[in-house]
Amino acid sequence: MDDLDRKIITATQSGLPLVKEPYQAIARQLNIEPDLLKQRMRKMLEAGQIRRVGAVPNHYKLGYTANAMSVWNVPDEMITELGSQLGALSFVSHCYERPRFLPEWPYNLFAMIHGKSKEEVSEKVQQVLTLLGEHCAGYELLYSKQILKKTGLRLKDA
Amino acid sequence: MDDIDRNIINSLQGNFPIEEHPYQIIADQLDISEDELLTRLETLLKDKTLTRFGPMYDIQKLGGSFSLCAIRVPSERFAQVTEIVNSFPEVAHNYERDHEFNMWYVLATESLAQINKTNQAIETKTELKVYNMPKLQEFFVGLHFKA
Repeated sequence: MDDLDRKIITATQSGLPLVKEPYQAIARQLNIEPDLLKQRMRKMLEAGQIRRVGAVPNHYKLGYTANAMSVWNVPDEMITELGSQLGALSFVSHCYERPRFLPEWPYNLFAMIHGKSKEEVSEKVQQVLTLLGEHCAGYELLYSKQILKKTGLRLKDA
Repeated sequence: MDDIDRNIINSLQGNFPIEEHPYQIIADQLDISEDELLTRLETLLKDKTLTRFGPMYDIQKLGGSFSLCAIRVPSERFAQVTEIVNSFPEVAHNYERDHEFNMWYVLATESLAQINKTNQAIETKTELKVYNMPKLQEFFVGLHFKA
């Protein structure tokens, strides 16, 4: 990432302008050629520095009110295989390995599961239990009760 | 929210074109006018059906650092601890969850050192233990919510 990429990120991380030529508008603001802007953004997209360009829905507003962080205790030596299988399920949005804190926190595999009701989430959890089988030494569901803070992940102005 | 809004939400969750007239391209696909798409997008953002619209950056790939952290907050101190934790600009998200580990926040900083420094400051101010749980492996990140 060079200075120009950083400027592009800070100019676009809160959103694209809702005008007919949004990239031209940003390029004008940064005082660069629109083609250079588009070229840099395409490059960041290819490199995965931009995950995607699009809209983020507020899933609560779309009726997805049951949002559980599911946490699983699986053998460390199997985590890559099991994590990949869990992440491939259509209802899992984020899936990571994270460190345990023994004895109070034995879980090493995290997966966000979203549903329109707790019953729907429970059905999905049953599918995960079937998938993990004997490798699951325990799990818990942590439902969100309240959003206490939500700002985007921002890069500070240079 | 009507069918057109649902179509917009379902088709705009990725692959927005990096072209001169991107809204026109999407509007053509949805069989609506460019002006209508822009007006509806504005409304969906204003009424918070959409929380964001634009490029989603992976701050970690840009040299930043993320971590998910948890605290077991005694219920009588929850409001006070929330205020302390939320006051740190490094705290990007903070959720209350239904568990003994009841506070879960995400730190977004530009270095690992800042993650540790922020958590130390949070521990000092709250006098509670922070469980720092950075991701060790990412298996999947993707969101597609059907409207």
